[in-house]
Amino acid sequence: MNTVFKRTSVLKDCPTHYCPGCGHGIAHRLVAEVIDELDIQDRTIGIAPVGCAVLAYNYLDVDMVEVAHGRAPAVATGMKRTNPDKIIFSYQGDGDLAAIGTAEIIHAAHRAERITVIFINNAVFGMTGGQMAPTTMLGQVTATTQQGRNPSNGQGYPLQVSEILALLPGTVYVERCALNGVPGIRRTKAAMKHAFQLQMDDAPGLSLVEVLSPCPTYWRMSPAKAMKWIDEQMSRAFPIARLKG
Amino acid sequence: MTGKIVIDTERCKGCGLCVVVCPKKSIVISEESNQSGYFPARKTDGDCTGCAQCAIICPEGIIEVSREQMERIRIVAAPGKPGTPRLIEEKR
Repeated sequence: MNTVFKRTSVLKDCPTHYCPGCGHGIAHRLVAEVIDELDIQDRTIGIAPVGCAVLAYNYLDVDMVEVAHGRAPAVATGMKRTNPDKIIFSYQGDGDLAAIGTAEIIHAAHRAERITVIFINNAVFGMTGGQMAPTTMLGQVTATTQQGRNPSNGQGYPLQVSEILALLPGTVYVERCALNGVPGIRRTKAAMKHAFQLQMDDAPGLSLVEVLSPCPTYWRMSPAKAMKWIDEQMSRAFPIARLKG
Repeated sequence: MTGKIVIDTERCKGCGLCVVVCPKKSIVISEESNQSGYFPARKTDGDCTGCAQCAIICPEGIIEVSREQMERIRIVAAPGKPGTPRLIEEKR
């Protein structure tokens, strides 16, 4: 018998704290597999976000640092400028990157920092109880938009961070993927690998992979239905595309 | 071609994603809970091709997949004698 699939050693051998069916577990594994395949475990430094993935440093067996909410690109800037031979990546959710950390990510991209950003978008604030996030879609029911997000109630429109960043000359690669099934997971891994590879090749700018990720608990549906919902609803508001690079 | 999967049932949270993606419908949710109180996924006696889709989608990364090695077959062109097949299989 040949082993076809085995858990990578970059992912620590411990259970995660995530809800059943959460996309973070898959995304962590993909990051770990990419680091393993590119053989950069000994020179990679990751930055954990504030949000559900705040304990990512417990699961990824690379050097990691936990920073203030949304400030990961700012810290990554400092780390990359002082250690240009290290591979720096930040792993951020939509509350971290698209809400409180909007200024940091825009300016890190604007300064063409040579870092990699993994942006997990699940359209709600998962950690605090499923409230509306800037990325919540129109009509989506959350704890704070009980009738669905409605721009005429002053709740605004979903923020499309990847499209904004793709416009900046300081980004070299922006792609939006989705964890909506096995093909989507494979494409996400390929995108992450490309983003890391660009940084290894010293490409002159920021690489970002946005990952549409299921949150079955606060979307209030089964894990299988949540994956289907990404296909049917979420990928309409957030088109899956290679936006730049 | 047959495959084999091993699920770490003590760490399974029973999300059921592997049940949905299995093309042979050979994974079910168990009726007995594990020590964490979840009802874990369980492999039935059904077929397994070792496609590893369950392992790729598993958020906990606790499924290990192995597969019997395929016999390598090379198809080669045979000399054109009348009455013999034009292509033959050569096992290596």
